Amino acid sequence: MSTLLLLIVILINFYVLGSARLVACIRAVALQGALLSLLPLVAHGPSGHALILGVGALLFKGIFIPWLLLRAIREVRIRREVEPYIGFVPTLFLGALVTAGAFVFADFLPLAAEHHAGLYVPAALSTMAGGFLLLMTRRKAITQVLGYLMLENGIFIFAILLSAAIPLMVEAGILLDLLVGVFVMGIVLNQISREFATLNTERLTALKE
Amino acid sequence: MIGRIVLQLLILLMFAPLPLGVINKTKALFAGRIGPPLLQPYYDLARLWRKGFVFSRTTTWVFLAGPVVGLVVPVLACLLLPFGGLPAPISFHGDLILFVYLFGLSRFFTAAAALDTGSSFEGMGAVREVTFSCLAEPIVLFCLLVLAHGADSLTLGGLLGPQLTSFWHSPHAASLGIVLVCLFVVLLVENSRIPFDDPNTHLELTMIHEVMVLDHSGPALGMILYGAAMKLVVLGALVVRLALPLQTGWLIGDLLVFLVGILLLAVVIGVVESTMARLRLPRVPQVLVGTSLLSVFALVLALR
Repeated sequence: MSTLLLLIVILINFYVLGSARLVACIRAVALQGALLSLLPLVAHGPSGHALILGVGALLFKGIFIPWLLLRAIREVRIRREVEPYIGFVPTLFLGALVTAGAFVFADFLPLAAEHHAGLYVPAALSTMAGGFLLLMTRRKAITQVLGYLMLENGIFIFAILLSAAIPLMVEAGILLDLLVGVFVMGIVLNQISREFATLNTERLTALKE
Repeated sequence: MIGRIVLQLLILLMFAPLPLGVINKTKALFAGRIGPPLLQPYYDLARLWRKGFVFSRTTTWVFLAGPVVGLVVPVLACLLLPFGGLPAPISFHGDLILFVYLFGLSRFFTAAAALDTGSSFEGMGAVREVTFSCLAEPIVLFCLLVLAHGADSLTLGGLLGPQLTSFWHSPHAASLGIVLVCLFVVLLVENSRIPFDDPNTHLELTMIHEVMVLDHSGPALGMILYGAAMKLVVLGALVVRLALPLQTGWLIGDLLVFLVGILLLAVVIGVVESTMARLRLPRVPQVLVGTSLLSVFALVLALR
């Protein structure tokens, strides 16, 4: 069951890296967050701790933040296409490369014996790497928020492995960080669009005091 | 042995146009039409067969070789493949490579026949067809590699043997699922179905496969249509065997599973065609590259 979930998560990584539609990307990342919110329950069985983790993740990553992003697209009237620095096919290739690398690397990590079998570690590593790729290769500020979200999803998978030990405070802290990050990005988005009438972060390099 | 071969060929030759009728009927139902009768492809073939040949004076023997090779190749390929639970009539070490490149051969001759007419439209279609299929080729090979790894065999009969059931229950079932999706995409590309190509299009600029057969008429066009129908069944047999690895043990049961599977597959193709829009032409290579990366990923999962 957890293998199936993690597999879908990895496939969503590929989809987001290869998709040209901004709204589809946001929906896919939201779906990824929602799927991951099931993971604590699947991995550790129904307990109060897992339940809170799951519900928190679902509310923030599956519903609230995607809603904010979709709203931002409506308000700022962004063009609904992703604009990559490098094309979709090279990004997909890089994504496949880092995913394969994550699988190889996970076998070499000195993990506890029970963590070697499942897909947890490779899925976490490849989702994090996918988030990084999205951050690096896309031109718009909003896709960079998406990359940030994916990165956090990867960290979340890794944290599930330790969720018996991870205090709720830590996870809450991460989610709060994320939320603040998205808010800041939202403000930045508004500022950029007011200043330049476009959301390309390229223009920011030309800013002067 | 001889009986086996004859039986399998008979099934293929008799049965091939039926899935096309099922696809058209499904699409008609989705569109709220009554649609052509289920046996319309048979009537079409019969009508084309009664007509005469028309050859342009600029064409050579290559022009006729395209349809003929296109007709013969699926027949040969079907002999390498187990239909449902029936064992493959011909089987030798490494026949999966032959299976993949038999279709490469037929594509070469179709493209050559299109180029032989000297029409610029046909040349354009040939370029597109060859581009897409050369992107689809690695997908098939990687998928067959995954299966070969699971079955520990290099014959198509071995790959699709009875061990598939246990493969579905093993921890590697995930990679088998991905392989199934990838092979379905290949089926759609190779048979020029909708997300990649529209078999009913009448606009030359957007045609891919159809534009290559524009100049064929009468029995030659019939051969092309019949060959395409058989190709659908042969490639579909691969997908059906993966999706429904049931083994009843007796001949009639296995055959029924196979036939029902092919008809179900035709319904699924019809549903896909009715619910999806055609991809923009520059998007097609991206999707194909994405799918081949998916098949590589399946291999990584299987090797793990």
